[in-house]
Amino acid sequence: PIQSVCVLSVGGAWRLGTDVRNTVGNIPMEWYQDYPHIGYDLDGKKIFKPIRNKDELDEFLDKMENPDYWRTVHDKTTASDIRLSDEQVDLVHRLQKGQFGDASFNEYEIHSCSSGPIVSKMVHAIKMGWIKPRKPKETTPQYYDLWAKEDPNAILGRHKMHVPAPKMRLPGHEESYNPPPEYLLTEEERLAWEQQDPEDRKLPFLPQKHSCLRAVPAFSRFIHERFERCLDLYLCPRQRKMRVNVNPEDLIPKLPKPKDLQPFPTTMSLVYRGHTSLVRSISASPTGQWLVSGSDDCTVRFWEVNTGRCLKTLEVGGAVKGVAWNPNPAVCLVAVCFESTVLLLNPALGDRLVVGATDQLITSYEPPEEDKEQAVTWALSEGPEHDKGHRLTLTHPKGVKQVVWHGKGDYLSSVMPDNTSNLQVLIHQVSKRRTQNPFRKNKGLVQCVSFHPLRPYFFVATQRCVRVYNLIKQELTKKLTANCKWISSMAIHPGGDNLICGSYDCRLAWFDLDLSTKPYKMLRHHKKALRGVAYHKHYPLFASGADDGSVIVCHGMVYNDLLQNPLIVPVKVLRGHQITHDLGVLDVTFHPTQPWVFSSGADATIRLFT
Amino acid sequence: MGGLQKKKYERGSATNYITRNKARKKLQLSLADFRRLCILKGIYPHEPKHKKKVNKGSTAPRTFYLLKDIRFLLHEPIVRKFREYKVFVRKLRKAYGKAEWTGVERLRDNKPGYKLDHIIKERYPTFVDALRDIDDALSMCFLFSTFARTGKCHVQTITLCRRLSVEWMNYIIASRSLKKVGRARLQGAECPFQWAHPTDVDYRVMATFTEMYTTLLGFVNFRLYQTLNLVYPPKLDSKAESELKAEHEADYAMDSESYLEKLSALSASLARVVATAEEEENQMDQFPTEGEDQENLEAREKEQKEQEAHKRLFEGLKFFLNREVPRESLAFILRCFGAEVSWDQSLCIGGTYDVTDESITHQIVDRPNMDKQYINRYYIQPQWVFDTVNAKMLLPVEDYFIGVTLPPHLSPFVEEKDGDYVPPEKLKLMALQRGEKPGQDDEEDDDDDDDDDEEEEEEEDDDDGDDDELTEERNLKKMENQRAQGKTLAVKVTPGKVRPWETGSVGNRVRLEQEEKAEEKRLAIMMMKKKEKYLYDKIMFGKKRTVREANKLTAKRKAHEDASKAEKKAKKQ
Repeated sequence: PIQSVCVLSVGGAWRLGTDVRNTVGNIPMEWYQDYPHIGYDLDGKKIFKPIRNKDELDEFLDKMENPDYWRTVHDKTTASDIRLSDEQVDLVHRLQKGQFGDASFNEYEIHSCSSGPIVSKMVHAIKMGWIKPRKPKETTPQYYDLWAKEDPNAILGRHKMHVPAPKMRLPGHEESYNPPPEYLLTEEERLAWEQQDPEDRKLPFLPQKHSCLRAVPAFSRFIHERFERCLDLYLCPRQRKMRVNVNPEDLIPKLPKPKDLQPFPTTMSLVYRGHTSLVRSISASPTGQWLVSGSDDCTVRFWEVNTGRCLKTLEVGGAVKGVAWNPNPAVCLVAVCFESTVLLLNPALGDRLVVGATDQLITSYEPPEEDKEQAVTWALSEGPEHDKGHRLTLTHPKGVKQVVWHGKGDYLSSVMPDNTSNLQVLIHQVSKRRTQNPFRKNKGLVQCVSFHPLRPYFFVATQRCVRVYNLIKQELTKKLTANCKWISSMAIHPGGDNLICGSYDCRLAWFDLDLSTKPYKMLRHHKKALRGVAYHKHYPLFASGADDGSVIVCHGMVYNDLLQNPLIVPVKVLRGHQITHDLGVLDVTFHPTQPWVFSSGADATIRLFT
Repeated sequence: MGGLQKKKYERGSATNYITRNKARKKLQLSLADFRRLCILKGIYPHEPKHKKKVNKGSTAPRTFYLLKDIRFLLHEPIVRKFREYKVFVRKLRKAYGKAEWTGVERLRDNKPGYKLDHIIKERYPTFVDALRDIDDALSMCFLFSTFARTGKCHVQTITLCRRLSVEWMNYIIASRSLKKVGRARLQGAECPFQWAHPTDVDYRVMATFTEMYTTLLGFVNFRLYQTLNLVYPPKLDSKAESELKAEHEADYAMDSESYLEKLSALSASLARVVATAEEEENQMDQFPTEGEDQENLEAREKEQKEQEAHKRLFEGLKFFLNREVPRESLAFILRCFGAEVSWDQSLCIGGTYDVTDESITHQIVDRPNMDKQYINRYYIQPQWVFDTVNAKMLLPVEDYFIGVTLPPHLSPFVEEKDGDYVPPEKLKLMALQRGEKPGQDDEEDDDDDDDDDEEEEEEEDDDDGDDDELTEERNLKKMENQRAQGKTLAVKVTPGKVRPWETGSVGNRVRLEQEEKAEEKRLAIMMMKKKEKYLYDKIMFGKKRTVREANKLTAKRKAHEDASKAEKKAKKQ
């Protein structure tokens, strides 16, 4: 309001100098462009425009010549030039400075009566203290004792749930400006560091050595470091992770000491040399005096166990895949399989009586009345072959891989792996020279078979599982899943209730047949594919041979008490075989009476560990 | 039977989490405001256990917040302030657009602001909680206080940060609670005004953090000053103030401006609320708790005594800082441990005595040589101060004279566990701390090294323990070859060799036992379950890695020492 009063007073002062006034009002003057007049004065008479308009040149001349040019103002409404008086100039100056127009006006004096109702109201409000002057803003924050009253209720559940951000790592020796010399990077390390991605680098900086403090530059990454920390603080998801804080020694299972589980084979004592190619299969005689081995050099060799002498070498017509000594001590017979033939040999070793009895047993065969069509042809050897020891030849339709005797020594089974037919396993009876095919259906590629040592059960291992058949009832009793990719070998515990399976994927599965059809224990102690597994006949031992060239002997105690699980403790790792063509140990077998183990390997040797 | 059909993702973890975008929509905030809110309130994303479940079956990468957290944000009064600010900005823009300058001015006067006091109180319900997060706050404040005033951030923020950090340093001096000196912290304080501002950094995020941290640090400072009976905001001791005033009245025009500088000179002690005896022994009250036995108590007492001694490390010494050394950090450290410090008058306000003062004991110098030297004082390099403080004892000054090659500066933050690499300097230092003479332990070090080597060898031996068998094998091979060539095997009986450990001497028996044990362990490891084996392998891998790294460092050190020895020899010749 004071301002408006001021403006009014200025208008009054203006009026003094002018007598000509245009009454057309506040309209655009262009509307009078085409008329000779420019409006009407107070008396209603026309105000005429000057005859000649000033052009630029006139303006310029005026500016140069007229001393009052600076105080001349052009009035658009009357189209005339007005020369301002001294008072008027003074007024303009005052206004330009932002002062009041009236020089005599005292701005600090309150004009209570003259300034109208609004001003008086405001003045009243100020007097009464209703309107307060604006406080100066506080620029600096105010601090006080925020934690004066620490109230336990203020600790909310949130605070308990809060996951504090992990602290930044404090600088180590390598971050020092003058680190010990071993922390500095060598030239190669520096190059490697430079080539790495910044994310992969173990140190985010290059350790540097400065001879003195004044040579130390500003820490160039400080802003980055702080910024990254900020990002971490508000962007990184947080999660509580339990750190495992265990003593690694506690993780190792407590097992009985191998020392207390003796006897078991510990040292290599004999090496049987003579074969020139890998020895696929070995078998010990039931008396434990002789050992037979079959090799890829198409020979079968007979050894004396205690001396390591090769007593006999028999050439056969192909690489020998499997040999098996008849477990019956009253019979001296060895089954050898190569190509598609199974050969029954009488090595003529040991007791003469037994040898003679064996020959008699074979010759005493009388052919039955009616000839049955058989899958295998039985042929009796005669002449020079008989002299060499050949007794019976069983010609199979397909290649034979494995041959196994039944515990009584009369039955014999051969395996012809073939994925397409049901003729994979054959069971032969020697005394009657009979052969039968127990299976009507093909249940997968048969890897190996085995007879139950006591009961009429028959174990067939296919690629991934072991099937147990009852031979009398002629039915499947159990199917064991081995949880491994490819079974390579199998052995039955002499008690008949336990079984081990070796597999090409480095595992050894122990099945407890009473317990479950799943392995009771999986051992992964070999580094490479297992090739042979064996149980000892009397001692609680089992051994496994693998392509890593080692034979691992384990103590495997089976208790009569059904409630107690078998105890398995590895007791010895036996090494000795050299790895040739990526093959190590091919077959293992135990001595029938002593705690000794034989192993045959791809390095053409057989070794005895005692 | 019956009942409503259960729908997927309507219960369980899917309902406990919320994605960032949804949270933002729920709060009706822009992304920038949401970010600010999260920073101020300390809300962080969570990693759900089953990401796919939470993400409603999708595997797209998303940030998840706890729904509880977001609900908690809904009631935050500061959200309203954010909205008010948004409205303010809109109005201001409009006023600008219309060129209504009075309006602009009026709006500016009424600019809505907010306070973070309640947030600080809420986030840190106790003072101890606040102290736990103080390290980040300090680093940030020190960083911001060094920024140039180029408009990257508000000048007020920079001055505030500077003020708070100076206050903090003054508190530390007053309470003498500095323990270790780290280069990283110092570097921040030491080289101001030289940052080339990196461009790939979002300063808004940093500014928000700083906003929060300055508030926090202010309150913490207040509280700390209160505990020491100091006046807050800090005032210089009246005595010290008068001294300073008398000298520098002419140089500094404005009292308010120079005040911060006087404070930051760190040379004067602070005014106390209640004038107490300066040397008030604040003995900790001893309440032997029941479970604590005598030994523990003694250990604690001993520790306390050590700490006391550490606090008075530089007491009675008079230092003078040359102009080329970082004044602030050195003055700070020296004052923390009770020294008297001064510097050249032209360098900074607050120097109390001159170079010519005869009672100066140490002068800290960082230049290759000095022209004019006084006899009765040591001229040492600044590293002596840092190393002495870290070692908690006055180190011999000989290694730190002018122009001498400095010994390596070690980080005080590294605490070596067994198996870690310990640099030989640290070993020496530890020996010094135990009070042994430095001459002896060089040999000791060597011995230690040798022991290590032996152990390594043993380890290697364990791995290929059947060397003998291999040799046997080789002999047999040879024989075989001979037979193949000559066809006649010279059968010969050679006397059997007795293996060395079967002779029964003590060393061999020990060795045999060790081997047996190692084998037992190896066999037992074979029988481990898969899960445990995995864990065991992982732990052992970690251990082996530390051993490998330590070995690498030792080897490097050895190579370096050999090289330096060879150099010395070459010089002699």
